[in-house]
Amino acid sequence: MTLQELTSSAHNFEECMKCTVCTAYCPVVPVNPRYPGPKQAGPDGERLRLKHPFFFDEALKYCLNCKRCEVACPSGVKVADIIQSARLKYSRQKPKLRDRMLASTDLMGSLASPFAPIVNPVLGLGVTKSILDGMMGIDRHRTFPKYASRTFESWFRRKASAAQAAFPRSVAYFHGCYVNYNFPDLGKDFVRVMNALGYGVRLLEKEQCCGVAMISNGMASAARKHASHNGKVLGKAASEGLKILTTSSTCTFTMRDEYGELLGIDTASYRDSLLMATRFIFSLVDSGTATLVFKPGYKARIAYHTPCHLEKLGWGVFSTSLLKMIPGVEFTMLGSNCCGIAGTYGFKKENYEASQAIGKPLFDEIKAVAPDFVACDCETCKWQIEMSAGIPVKNPVSILAEALDLEKTAEANRNA
Amino acid sequence: MKYDIIIIGGGLSGLTAGLRLQKAGRKTAIISAGQNALHFASGSFSVLGDGVTLPEEHPYRRLPMERYLDEVKPFFAEAGILLGGDPHVNGWRLTPSGSFLQGRFSLEETRLFSTPGELSARKALIVNIPGFLDFNTAFLADGLAQRGIETRIGNLDVEDLTRLRTSPSEMRSVNIARVADTVPHKIIGGVKALLSDEDLVILPQVFGIHDGTIPAQIAAEIPAGVLFVGTMPPSVPGIRTQMKLKRAYESSGGTFLMGDEAVAPVMDTTRVKALRTVNLGEHLLQADQYVLATGSFFSKGLASSMQKVYEPLFGLDVRFPEERTDWYDLDFFAPQAFGGFGVVTDGTFRAVKDGNVIENLYAAGSVLAGCYSQQLGCGGGIAILTAFAVADNILEAARR
Repeated sequence: MTLQELTSSAHNFEECMKCTVCTAYCPVVPVNPRYPGPKQAGPDGERLRLKHPFFFDEALKYCLNCKRCEVACPSGVKVADIIQSARLKYSRQKPKLRDRMLASTDLMGSLASPFAPIVNPVLGLGVTKSILDGMMGIDRHRTFPKYASRTFESWFRRKASAAQAAFPRSVAYFHGCYVNYNFPDLGKDFVRVMNALGYGVRLLEKEQCCGVAMISNGMASAARKHASHNGKVLGKAASEGLKILTTSSTCTFTMRDEYGELLGIDTASYRDSLLMATRFIFSLVDSGTATLVFKPGYKARIAYHTPCHLEKLGWGVFSTSLLKMIPGVEFTMLGSNCCGIAGTYGFKKENYEASQAIGKPLFDEIKAVAPDFVACDCETCKWQIEMSAGIPVKNPVSILAEALDLEKTAEANRNA
Repeated sequence: MKYDIIIIGGGLSGLTAGLRLQKAGRKTAIISAGQNALHFASGSFSVLGDGVTLPEEHPYRRLPMERYLDEVKPFFAEAGILLGGDPHVNGWRLTPSGSFLQGRFSLEETRLFSTPGELSARKALIVNIPGFLDFNTAFLADGLAQRGIETRIGNLDVEDLTRLRTSPSEMRSVNIARVADTVPHKIIGGVKALLSDEDLVILPQVFGIHDGTIPAQIAAEIPAGVLFVGTMPPSVPGIRTQMKLKRAYESSGGTFLMGDEAVAPVMDTTRVKALRTVNLGEHLLQADQYVLATGSFFSKGLASSMQKVYEPLFGLDVRFPEERTDWYDLDFFAPQAFGGFGVVTDGTFRAVKDGNVIENLYAAGSVLAGCYSQQLGCGGGIAILTAFAVADNILEAARR
């Protein structure tokens, strides 16, 4: 055992050498002076909190958990993990009704979806927004993502499920709340692309919301329940030799890394089997196992935004490599900036201004590049960018579905 | 994943090598574990102190020094970084402690004087930002007093900056810059209000985190000479330089793997075959050539235990005295032997392992043996010039 192992702590906090580089990349600090900043909230504060919980500061709730501090840290300190763990451990603030509602994406989705034709227009009404703003603290500028009248799961069972057994190979799909309740089209695109590559798609045995919003809203026990359930179903799929693919970077990051680091769930049974779909598809192409046949006439000017959690995973390169393979794509890599929404954070009235100020450099750059659309692997970034930069955002999997000649791709991979 | 060249290390040296290779039409990737030493930059790149003798093993002895020095400014200008200074003659920079140090290429707002005596002023106003602890105005005042310059310290009163004090621990150069850059007119107004009979204004380098022209815009509006002096880290001009180099690198088609760490190289006795990274897991990163630009001890390019000094990624040959007590001199300011520790390379900067030259692994920057950067004042030059050399040697080897 080395000296370092003997002295290392949870989330590596003694390695902090107080260089303040984390602060330089924290998107919150310059827009919200009430936030103590990553160094103070993280490793510095942790020393005090270990002496006595009295030193816990509720202002840690202003942390977006974007992990940019960790990506920047030259010393491998898991700054954001220290902060989020401290919130879960010490915070005595009870989440408000609003926070519980925002965080319970699957519960809200299952209540709203059946009534989507009514719920969507009502949520869009000025008067509804005023009420949500005044009574609930959900900022009036925000528009709730529309609910789909038929969930992805229900579409899959009725329209797709039966055909999946015919494929020689299989993958499992964790679709997440967004695909299920708000945007089943992304899930449908995923199924079409995987089928064209010769893979049948299976759903997990009752996946639950990954719980990221529960973690960020301080709902520790609810988050643990979800994590423990998902850990079991993911582990089961992995034990059957299945890769579990996703189309949301935040769900992936939460289940792969946050479950272990923050909630103490053992992720060993599935961690290496849980992948972004773009990573899986890239490996197939890179290793020559699968072939992509693109439509000859496809043309698009695409600007790619790396979501914070994908940057932390380090997997943006899979999405960008795939997009660059498409002939007729003019590709721009956008700068490394947070969009400011950070899941439910930007929906809260008290955070609205900070949220928009954080995202401004990104919005300005997108407007200057003026692409046909932005590519991004995160649904909340999508809402924020579409609202604030006025340019549509597409998931790379949907872009593939649109750019691929799916029939010819299927044929090429059948013969392979 | 296949690239022509993979560079390990995303600091000044790695980015310089990457950009030069991209410009030559190569497909490259940079693996960068955390941010780098540019975040602690002083405001100018030093190349070599006056009157020092280059040790035999110094990397400068293996590159066309004069030609490369002429290439530095145009190279950085293409990335949007306008360096000042005479490429072949040292200038002098006023440091945050009020003394002068030599430098060769200055970052935008840093001024290099031909001699310390060239700084002349009747009376200087040193602008203090209340609550900002990383700029010691009293040190500066002392240093200037020793040069016979009378000083006055004035507190800049700008509401936007005062608001930052709500969180005193975050009253740092970069955060000040991120706020000040949105209200340069208020900064100008605040400084003007402080100014009385002074003919020189000294401001900390806390302006223009993205836009290096902001300091000059501020200076132009103030009716006195203006000098921007470096702060304690993080360094605003250094971070700006880092971000611009990275943008230029990515715009030229380079792949920057941020926050990822190279691990588990696959190699035989003379060649590196592939690398893995922590984030990319089972995906092998393959290239024809590799560049090690991981920096020195501070950046973890070199590491040491009680018994040995080593290069942690490839286990390359590192030369150091057997006796630990010979590694250092107890006199802190004496030349230190460890300043010369680093990886052993051949005439074209190819690394050596177990006595064998690794044919496709080059080393650039302060990971190299024989630098003695502190003692010789050559840190910036080592990073930039050896990166030029490594890039050119790779291109030259491909031509042959």
